Amino acid sequence: MGALMVIFSLQPKQRRKTTDSVEDELELSAVRHRPEGLEQLEAQTRFSRKELQILYRGFKNECPSGVVNEDTFKDIYAQFFPQGDASTYAHFLFNAFDTDHNGSVSFEDFVMGLSILLRGTVQEKLIWAFNLYDINKDGYITKEEMLDIMKAIYDMMGKCTYPVLKEETPRQHVEVFFQKMDKNKDGVVTIDEFIDCCQNDENIMRSMHLFENVL
Amino acid sequence: MATGVAAWLPFARAAAIGWMPVANCPMPIAPRDNSKKQDELIILNVSGRRFQTWRTTLDRYPDTLLGSSEKDFFYNEETKEYFFDRDPDAFRSILNFYRTGKLHYPRHECISAYDEELTFFGIIPEIIGDCCYEEYKDRKRENLERLQDDQEENKDLKQSNLNFRETMWRAFENPHTSTLALVFYYVTGFFIAISVITNVVETVPCGSTTNQKDMPCGERYTVAFFCIDTACVMIFTVEYLMRLFAAPSRYRFMRSVMSIIDVVAILPYYIGLVMTNNEDVSGAFVTLRVFRVFRIFKFSRHSQGLRILGYTLKSCASELGFLLFSLTMAIIIFATVMFYAEKGSSSSKFTSIPASFWYTIVTMTTLGYGDMVPKTIAGKIFGSICSLSGVLVIALPVPVIVSNFSRIYHQNQRADKRRAQKKARLTRIRIAKSSSANAFLQGKRNGLINELLELTGTDNDDQKLIRTISLLESQHHHLLHCLEKTTAHEFVDEQMYEQNCLETALQTYPSHSPSIASQDSPVVSCCGCGAKRNAPLPNASLPPANPIPTHHHQGPLQELSALHIQSRDPLSHTTSRSKLNLKTDDSNRINCKSGRITTAIISLPTPPALTPDGDGLHGPLQRRVPLPPGRPAAPSIQTTTSSAETNIVKVSAL
Repeated sequence: MGALMVIFSLQPKQRRKTTDSVEDELELSAVRHRPEGLEQLEAQTRFSRKELQILYRGFKNECPSGVVNEDTFKDIYAQFFPQGDASTYAHFLFNAFDTDHNGSVSFEDFVMGLSILLRGTVQEKLIWAFNLYDINKDGYITKEEMLDIMKAIYDMMGKCTYPVLKEETPRQHVEVFFQKMDKNKDGVVTIDEFIDCCQNDENIMRSMHLFENVL
Repeated sequence: MATGVAAWLPFARAAAIGWMPVANCPMPIAPRDNSKKQDELIILNVSGRRFQTWRTTLDRYPDTLLGSSEKDFFYNEETKEYFFDRDPDAFRSILNFYRTGKLHYPRHECISAYDEELTFFGIIPEIIGDCCYEEYKDRKRENLERLQDDQEENKDLKQSNLNFRETMWRAFENPHTSTLALVFYYVTGFFIAISVITNVVETVPCGSTTNQKDMPCGERYTVAFFCIDTACVMIFTVEYLMRLFAAPSRYRFMRSVMSIIDVVAILPYYIGLVMTNNEDVSGAFVTLRVFRVFRIFKFSRHSQGLRILGYTLKSCASELGFLLFSLTMAIIIFATVMFYAEKGSSSSKFTSIPASFWYTIVTMTTLGYGDMVPKTIAGKIFGSICSLSGVLVIALPVPVIVSNFSRIYHQNQRADKRRAQKKARLTRIRIAKSSSANAFLQGKRNGLINELLELTGTDNDDQKLIRTISLLESQHHHLLHCLEKTTAHEFVDEQMYEQNCLETALQTYPSHSPSIASQDSPVVSCCGCGAKRNAPLPNASLPPANPIPTHHHQGPLQELSALHIQSRDPLSHTTSRSKLNLKTDDSNRINCKSGRITTAIISLPTPPALTPDGDGLHGPLQRRVPLPPGRPAAPSIQTTTSSAETNIVKVSAL
């Protein structure tokens, strides 16, 4: 009798597992994406045909299904920063690239983002950066949002740094940033303040052109 | 960086634009890509089968044969292809490694042939992907064992350097290692058997004398049995003491099951010796003799099967326990029912519920002795239900236990394997990460050396010592360097970090003597003035608690002495921080007047010309990424005088 109880208790667990895995399998196989044609992408972005070919080959190599989901994105980005934890910043980056907010970055999103970053005007780049910092996309950068971004950036450094990273370092950095950017001292940075301030800053202007020959 | 994601490096660099508005310092210059060749298809002819791939695919792994210039040795000028006289089947997986970044082990390949191919193409087997790594390791281990079996016999003879105690222990554990051990093994086995047989024969009634009834042999030949018993116990005691002496960890040995069995087997004899022939205790004494039967368990040292059985029972203990519990429930239920059913009948044997337990057990296990039978109709009905359910209860658990046992056994095996491999896997990941981090730090040091060499205009011979890094690596390092600049912190390796922690803990006050860089305001130290600490190589002998930062290191060229430290007066931090925001154009020229510091002495063995001034190279050195070739070093060097020190050479980043 006890054995019967044992057997019955074993059964339901297995059944539940099989139904879940079947659904999972269906889900995975359904997600596949093919990008728009080469001509269309050429028209929409500022890359040449050859460059698009190279980009797509790299993209498809790492993500054969044609879309990047957030976990893969985090994995890929983390490989460039072995000492720290790049997952938070990768999350923000992912949201910045995923312009239609559907949870995955397709090749079009990817290439549009890159086109702005590598071939766009300084204005466009600054708008993109503003978009990155503005986590909830409401048009204002608050101190909390900036603090999140700053912590994410400092996380990428990891533990073994010189000088030793302190708790309040990101906060101090945010203060510096706000002092520079927030002209009317209302506690938020709007896009105009941001663009104005950056355009007046020589360092930032110069560094915007840094990666232009990347591809 | 795993070069499998090399294709995404442009993306990571482009995304670095997100840091720019946040940074307060100018960014280092990007390494230029001088090889503007078009990407071309390369033909690899492996024993007649042609493989084609892009050149950049092969360039991803520059330290393998195909990724480096080593493949030029195999270049065939007439056919314009690279010819390799190797196995084309194995080459498939090797080329796939370049394409996907993951190395797979094809299961149909012989393990040693595959290993040879990997060695030829310069790929280390440790990077085999997780999907195939288990299989690869298993096969490799099998192969090694096969090779080792032949060598083991020779090895055993050579173990003369073990000390006496270890030899004894080995003899006890592996009887086949030496003849003496084998003899000992058989002797003890023989005496265990003798002891068990005597215990059994003791109770058999021997032939009786004329006027006495049958008495057990034990009482007839008391002396003989006593002698045999004594002999056996002596042997067992000696054996136990010898094992105790030889055991590497006596405490652990005393706690082990086998030694407890040994003790339990010989204790009754000694207790019997000690106790007198007192009438009251002799009853207890007789009971103790029961424990002599435990000597039979000593056979488990001699029998592998017994040990496995013991392990089985131990691992199935929870299942058995549950079975017992459910059986008990059934017994109680049926016993109660039978008792109340038979209560009415006269002269019923079911006098109480515990008395009915016996009936229930005998019926459920289908024994049916017949000493207790129900007489009432209700009793018979319930009795038959009891026996039917008994069949079910007894028959069903056995396969469950057997299958459970098999499942648990295999699970254990797999879990152990997985645990061992998880450790290996995590180690691999950690090593890969730290190697890539170290590559960056090494690259920094090399960059510094490059700068120094260019500054001092030394011979080109020395520059050949520095390892040239691939374009991919230099771009990756540039990316990391931008991150450093953004956060105004530097990457250091573990040892440096720990040293820093130690030093900051020991530092008391920032005094006028050059003090060790402290924790204050990391934000400030990046721009211009902060003297950077050059991470000395791990073999540099840095006294960790040395408050005086002047270190001289003579050594190989690559070794820069540790110096530096804080140039900035801690007090001036707070004031200058506000100025920092406005100080955009001034960053290169921030004067270190306030800093006393820099007792940075870089001693290079080569340039004697520098030393007469008393300045190897003093001064805070700014990090700079390896210069793109062709850019003159001169304009970027500014010399300013400050404090009482001699010339401070500032190499500033543009």
